[in-house]
Amino acid sequence: MIIPHPLLGPRDAQEFTYMGDAALIDRPDGMAEGAAEAFDTYLHARDNPAGLHRELWYHEAGDRSWLVVTRDTRTHEITQVELARDVARARGRSQ
Amino acid sequence: MRYSALRLLREALRGNRGWERAWRDPEPQPEYDIVIIGGGGHGLATAHYLASRYGQARVAVLEKGWIGSGNVGRNTTIIRSNYLLDGNQPFYEFSLRLWEGLEQDLNYNAMVSQRGVLNLCHSDAQRDAFVRRGNAMKLHGADAELLDTEAVRAMYPWLNFDNARFPIRGGLLQRRGGTVRHDAVAWGYARAADSRGVDIIQNCEVTGLRIADGRVTGVDTSRGVIGAGKVGVAVAGNSSRVMAMAGLRLPIESHVLQAFVTEGLKPLIDGVITFGAGHFYVSQSDKGGLVFGGDIDGYNSYAQRGNLPVVEDVVESGMALMPAIGRARLLRMWGGVMDMSMDGSPIIDRTPVDGLYFNGGWCYGGFKATPASGMAFAHLLATDTPHPTAAAYRLDRFRHGRMIDEKGMGAQPNLH
Ligand SMILES: Cc1cc2nc3c(=O)[nH]c(=O)nc-3n(C[C@H](O)[C@H](O)[C@H](O)COP(=O)(O)OP(=O)(O)OC[C@H]3O[C@@H](n4cnc5c(N)ncnc54)[C@H](O)[C@@H]3O)c2cc1C
Repeated sequence: MIIPHPLLGPRDAQEFTYMGDAALIDRPDGMAEGAAEAFDTYLHARDNPAGLHRELWYHEAGDRSWLVVTRDTRTHEITQVELARDVARARGRSQ
Repeated sequence: MRYSALRLLREALRGNRGWERAWRDPEPQPEYDIVIIGGGGHGLATAHYLASRYGQARVAVLEKGWIGSGNVGRNTTIIRSNYLLDGNQPFYEFSLRLWEGLEQDLNYNAMVSQRGVLNLCHSDAQRDAFVRRGNAMKLHGADAELLDTEAVRAMYPWLNFDNARFPIRGGLLQRRGGTVRHDAVAWGYARAADSRGVDIIQNCEVTGLRIADGRVTGVDTSRGVIGAGKVGVAVAGNSSRVMAMAGLRLPIESHVLQAFVTEGLKPLIDGVITFGAGHFYVSQSDKGGLVFGGDIDGYNSYAQRGNLPVVEDVVESGMALMPAIGRARLLRMWGGVMDMSMDGSPIIDRTPVDGLYFNGGWCYGGFKATPASGMAFAHLLATDTPHPTAAAYRLDRFRHGRMIDEKGMGAQPNLH
């Protein structure tokens, strides 16, 4: 599988490690009301779709950036790759 | 029709014209007491035990393809009960005991072969861990033997004992472990359940769950609506998809696991061997092919085929352990979709929807669990209480911190 890295171009998936659903970017607020419930869902529950899946890949043997890859879990076709940093910032994280 | 040596002889003399089909091909009835979704090993075993042990006959098994087309027909057929943790070991030992009486119970030759499972260790720390595991197994009534290097050498002199990085320091042997003909397990359970009136309905995909006032009333299928008093879901890699029909999100990711078979070779391995320094396990089929496998591919997948990097990884481990394998030609390879749970252990439990029961999260090790899983799921469906050996397999254990994490990896399914 080849992952088109937004900065480095096409890279072999073997250079990356896999983290799972990109929803993991949305870490709940540990101080908020109902944090225990929210963390249970965050840590354990997954959509696990057969089809398009937005997921986190870490370029461990490369530039060490985190990517959000949109991939079809039935065919492995990759349709979009973003820097996780940009995705997180767009959602109001790490301002 | 009962199978026996006498029947075999009779049919041989009569040109084998008297054999009947092993199970019927019924049209779905409008309604059943219990509908089981998924005609894999677990669904079929559940149906058999419901009918034979819990007196339930109005039962149907709905399978979207043909029975045995899922993981029950794709695995590397290893059975064992060498777990460490309390929630697991009694369950897997119960399963091994059911395997030991399975063929008599089903009147079917499933080629249960207790040829021994040997886990190799390559360091002192690993050996210490095996001592602990072996003791835990024995405390739960299973068998375990610790072997030193020489005892391993006597069994398999051709292993690479002096590998510079991974010398073989001994192993943990479970003689009662072994292999079982996987397809025959599906067929044997199907035949036994069918003979007690269970309808096994193939080419019948469940497309929706009918739920009224928080209670399940039936299922939508590619062959029409089927009413149900209770619904048991046992669909392995498709667990999240089917449970999503009830609006539930599971602690599960689907990942692909590959397996490999070489051309037929002369007898070389009379048991099962696992490498302790990488993920590689190997046995030899009765036809002579080396059957082996290793790690899952590592990212969510519903493709029943894998990618090449893991092939390389598996084969490298194989070469480190037994360089002779480099001379064997690979004949076939394939993949199956695993229901990888957040702690690497399964779930057999009720769900927030009344009458809807879930069996899944088997990861890459659910074949050995087939009899106990069927028995425990049948017990739960029939009595609404958990089977004593499966009481820890709760759906809400993650929330309460009661994980059963054999590998100690945390909520990261691709590491289990
Ligand atoms: C390569 C490989 C090697 C393995 N090696 C081992 C091993 O050595 N030892 C071991 O213990 N375990 C092993 N396993 C794991 C084991 O095979 C599985 O955990 C186990 O078979 C899962 O249970 P099952 O048999 O019920 O699953 P399956 O046979 O997959 O049954 C599930 C069934 O549900 C059906 N289904 C899905 N969705 C629907 C729907 N909507 N409607 C109707 N039907 C549906 C599917 O078609 C399928 O037939 C291995 C798995 C693989 C892939």
